[in-house]
Amino acid sequence: MEILVCVKRVPDTSENEIAVNSDGTDIDRDDLVYSVNEWDNYAVEEAIQIVDRVGGKVTVVAVGDDESEEVLRREMAMGAHEGLLLSDDAFAGSDGKGIATILKAAVEKGKYDLVLTGAQADAGAGQVGGMLAAMLDQPYASLVNKIEVIDDKTLKVGREIEGGNQEMNEIQMPCVLSIQTGINEPRYVGIRGIRKVASVEIPVLGASDLGVSSDAVGAAAAKVKVQDYFVPQLGAGAEMLEGSTEEIIDKLIELLKAKGGLK
Amino acid sequence: MEPVLIAPSNFSFLGIPTILFSLVIPIVGVGLFTYIMARRIAPLVKAAPDNRFDDIPNRVINVVKIWLAQWRQPRYMTAGVLHILIFFGFLALGIRSTSLVIIGLKEGFVLPGMDGVIGHIYNILKDYAATWVLIACMIAAVRRGVFRPERYDVPKKYGHDHTGEAVFVLGIISTLMISESLFEASYVAAQVQQGVKPEFLAPGTLAWLLKNMVLDKPQETLQSLHIASYYIHDITFFFFLCFLPMGKHFHVITSLFNVFFMRTKRGNVKPVKYGITDEQLDDLESFGVKKMEDFTWKHILDFYTCADCGRCSDQCPANAVGRPLSPRFISIKGRDKIFKNYPLRGDFLKSEPLIGDIYEEDEIWSCTTCGACEQECPLGIEYIDKIVDLRRGMVDEGMVPQSLQKPLKAIEKRGNPWGKMEKKRSEWTTINNFSETCNVKILEDGVTADVLYFVDSISSFDDRMQGIAQATARVLTAAGIDFGILGKDEKDSGNEVRRFGEEMLFQDLKRHNTEMIVNSGARKIVTADPHAFNALKNDYSGLPKVEHISQVVARAIKTGRLHLKMIEDESKVYTYHDPCYLGRHNSVYEDPREALDALEGIRRVEMLKSRDRSFCCGGGGLMLFYEPEEEERMAVLRVKMAAKAGANVIVTACPFCLVNMEDAIKVAGMEGKMEAIDFVELIDRHLIR
Amino acid sequence: MAQIFTYITHKGGVADDTALELAAAAKKIDAGAAVTAIVTGTGSDLDAVCNDVAASYSEVWKIDNPALAYPNAEAVRKALINILPAGAILLLPHDTFGMDLGPGLSIKTNSAFVADVADIEGTDGTTLKLVRQEFSGQVSTHVTCDASAGAILNIRPGVCKADESKSAGGKVVDKSGNAGDLKAGRKFLEMVQAEVGDVDITKSDVLVSVGRGIEEQDNIEIAKELAEAMGADLSCSRPIVDAKWMEKSRQVGTSGQTVKPKVYMAMGISGSFQHLGGIKGSPYMIAVNKNPKAPIFQVADVGIVANILEFMPELTEKIKEL
Repeated sequence: MEILVCVKRVPDTSENEIAVNSDGTDIDRDDLVYSVNEWDNYAVEEAIQIVDRVGGKVTVVAVGDDESEEVLRREMAMGAHEGLLLSDDAFAGSDGKGIATILKAAVEKGKYDLVLTGAQADAGAGQVGGMLAAMLDQPYASLVNKIEVIDDKTLKVGREIEGGNQEMNEIQMPCVLSIQTGINEPRYVGIRGIRKVASVEIPVLGASDLGVSSDAVGAAAAKVKVQDYFVPQLGAGAEMLEGSTEEIIDKLIELLKAKGGLK
Repeated sequence: MEPVLIAPSNFSFLGIPTILFSLVIPIVGVGLFTYIMARRIAPLVKAAPDNRFDDIPNRVINVVKIWLAQWRQPRYMTAGVLHILIFFGFLALGIRSTSLVIIGLKEGFVLPGMDGVIGHIYNILKDYAATWVLIACMIAAVRRGVFRPERYDVPKKYGHDHTGEAVFVLGIISTLMISESLFEASYVAAQVQQGVKPEFLAPGTLAWLLKNMVLDKPQETLQSLHIASYYIHDITFFFFLCFLPMGKHFHVITSLFNVFFMRTKRGNVKPVKYGITDEQLDDLESFGVKKMEDFTWKHILDFYTCADCGRCSDQCPANAVGRPLSPRFISIKGRDKIFKNYPLRGDFLKSEPLIGDIYEEDEIWSCTTCGACEQECPLGIEYIDKIVDLRRGMVDEGMVPQSLQKPLKAIEKRGNPWGKMEKKRSEWTTINNFSETCNVKILEDGVTADVLYFVDSISSFDDRMQGIAQATARVLTAAGIDFGILGKDEKDSGNEVRRFGEEMLFQDLKRHNTEMIVNSGARKIVTADPHAFNALKNDYSGLPKVEHISQVVARAIKTGRLHLKMIEDESKVYTYHDPCYLGRHNSVYEDPREALDALEGIRRVEMLKSRDRSFCCGGGGLMLFYEPEEEERMAVLRVKMAAKAGANVIVTACPFCLVNMEDAIKVAGMEGKMEAIDFVELIDRHLIR
Repeated sequence: MAQIFTYITHKGGVADDTALELAAAAKKIDAGAAVTAIVTGTGSDLDAVCNDVAASYSEVWKIDNPALAYPNAEAVRKALINILPAGAILLLPHDTFGMDLGPGLSIKTNSAFVADVADIEGTDGTTLKLVRQEFSGQVSTHVTCDASAGAILNIRPGVCKADESKSAGGKVVDKSGNAGDLKAGRKFLEMVQAEVGDVDITKSDVLVSVGRGIEEQDNIEIAKELAEAMGADLSCSRPIVDAKWMEKSRQVGTSGQTVKPKVYMAMGISGSFQHLGGIKGSPYMIAVNKNPKAPIFQVADVGIVANILEFMPELTEKIKEL
């Protein structure tokens, strides 16, 4: 099975509070470190496991600048066979649709039975997989937390839906799936693994190589634009509720209602 | 002088001269033994290299002390004394057994030099030896067969009980003792009967007892006993020789070598591959131990040498809390696998990955590398290096628990397991207005100091453990020491990174820290974290001298540079918990105790398990992030031990111990009854400034 | 302004809470708009939902087709492509169905798509002014969306207060005939129910989390009752798991689960480094602890100094009365 996994390089923001830069145009990236989007990492692991079972090849692809090569290498150190970097100045400022457009061109240059994306990335939109599938006219399932290969045309996939339930579907290949965390236990990639693939050639394709019109991607084509960043107001320390237990409870219930803490 | 009985070399049985047996039995025995040993040596030859011919003086000392003097045996008194008796009995009887074999060919053979007074003394000695060995064997057999100490139990998952083998061998040894003594006793009895001056048999010995028992037997019976006991001894002797390499009694042969080749350094971890420099690591095809032959030959010798005595597992904290690890079975399973893969007959089998076959992932991650097992092993068997090598293999294959992947990645990216920003590493120096009362220099931009305080990650970032960093800074200041820290340029020491098998990440950390430390210009390093202490001292090279804060404090008290008050609360009873990486791995036992005892009025008690038998708190570094299946937490057991000793304050000297102890006190519901404090915090509280 | 539609998800003949939230969201785009709800499905359940929401919308477009019995996003997409007028603005709930449907639909209708909208600030001509969150909710953004060729907006459930006015008095229009061929490359097979007692707290929106302050195993029941009353899931800190009072799967912390709830009730939890490390996405945190100096109060939004064993039953009682 030929599998393409779309990965993204994102800042690792889990352990440190994020600040917005002085003019509010971006988050403060000075002290950030970057790694592969967590969901994408699960997708790559899943692809490797599928290929281990049924044979085939895993290709990882990223849209981004030269630095995205680092995450491609990490995923190749995991076991992805090939990497592909889609990089062009014209791609800068693309919205979800723009990214999907670029990826679509890359998918069409190959012959993939299955395209995987992470269910979401740093922007929390979870849109590229669904857009890509629609552009390719392929079936799509989001939030996939189980994949079973039925035959060379059909997969059985589970989607993680509300309440921890799992929606089982049969889906025809070629198709696009967006992968939810927890579908597997991604293997560890050590520094040694990354060094082993350090010299593997990763092809870089630009807009013209892909046959993507620069009108269709980039900031100019984006219908959805981030205007500014801001940090939602946070108080320093807790607001202490005082008074009689009854008063406290009344106030608390009010707060819970407002914050969606009561169902 | 005419012999009173026909010797085996002259006897005929059913018309066959028995000298034939005397010849055939040793030839077959030695031939078979040589063949077996050759098969056993094959895996050692195929194993990874190991460098065990260095440090010869210490190796000789180890042989004399641990092998010959049985130094570690009395740590388990009953079993130890029994073993010492049998061991020395064997040594004494070795000469007799050798000459007996030749006596079968040549009547009255005496080894050169054994014909005079020495021979007489030896004869008395060996008779007593045979006697005490027999008695020791009987006691041992009763102990194993009837009383069945828990230590020897074989949990179901590790296969069948080993009592049968143990008792069988005790039976063989007893047979040797009885037959040897009877051979002699029957002859002396015949001498008595025939009025010949009997050879002297020491009263109370087995031979003496047997002589008295057969004294009234007819001549023919004595003759039969004489011949029969000889050949029973001969056959049993060679059978035993060939049986030794089949199981746990292999140690009778291998122990001398295993002790000679045992670890002579402490606190260190073996290189990924002997003969490969750190710079060449990138070129290695594979890392660590994945299949049997990836172990070094010494480690395979360890497997052969394990006597199944269970002392390692009895001391192992992981085993004590029900984690899926028992060091004893690391050895036994390894040995059984080699025996299976290298059978005595037929082709050697293809080697399969060990993880998932004889070892499980959780089993290998369960080890805290506390070193209690190695400290205890009377045979010099190593576990830490094996565990680390197996982990290196797992890391290389990507088999790392999810809970450990995050901190490892955070260390790679940020230099600390929580992924905190580098610039926050020195935040403890300003928190709670600390800088107003104690100024801590950051050694950058040309700022220098005599001493570098290496803080390491947990004391830098954990808000509770920052207290240790601050106390250390105050104590150093009070002692008049000019010190500073690296601040954001410090990264995790990597003690656990290395012991969790991520060697390349460790190498990066080592390279970075070494460069930063050397560039700082400090002439000495001090740390309050034994894990950092160990790494800098034993894993790094080319650094200034490293000391733990307890060593600095003890010296400063002696030289009068630190002055301490009376103990604050005289009703408190203190006990000192030895951190593994300060005590066992680096032999710092006395300094913290001396410093504590310098607090006037302190009431201090020792726990039963202390110094080199200290019980691990559950481990530090990455161990904080890994949660194996366990029934209880190690620190909870430890806190209970402290209570049992009559203490109500546990003083430790390691931030990780403190985390675990403080948690355990709450888990055990002992809040108010027990408290934990770090050594340097206690000293800080009692400073006369 | 373009015509505004909402898509109603439903189950067992009952419309989801988002049905009325989307009505309110539509008003935020255009207070005077006549909003149309689209409901897909089949049979009496579908009718019940249509009638249920009709009062809140100007019109309800019903699409009845056996192929839509289970909401298969691909089939729904085909139906919507056929019935949505050009340039329409469609609001979807940003739930597991909306995530499945929205992105692909926007491509097929050539409209703009904005996922997980946290707030709608208004419009500027054909440009929608929206608020989103990035980096697990740590940072908010103002986003503009060019809706001139239509837009699909996935609205985060719970952020718009449901429009309960039911004053639109709409009528149900059967559009089933316009839906066209609904053949899909993906086929729903079955629903695998989550195992009882095996709640995935990493997906919970509201967590009642207990720590050492619970004191005894029997007291877990008190917390459970509170969680049930709130419709929350129960989680805990490490000591509770160590004591084997709750399963490991419910432990929050660096050594346990990483949770991203919207509301987190820390009951008797002191707030260790390790525990807080397992809480992501800046939830609204309420801490109850008898120790006024507990570090949890430094990070919580609201703090209450009380013994949880006394406080929780009273709170439960009050919530039940609501």
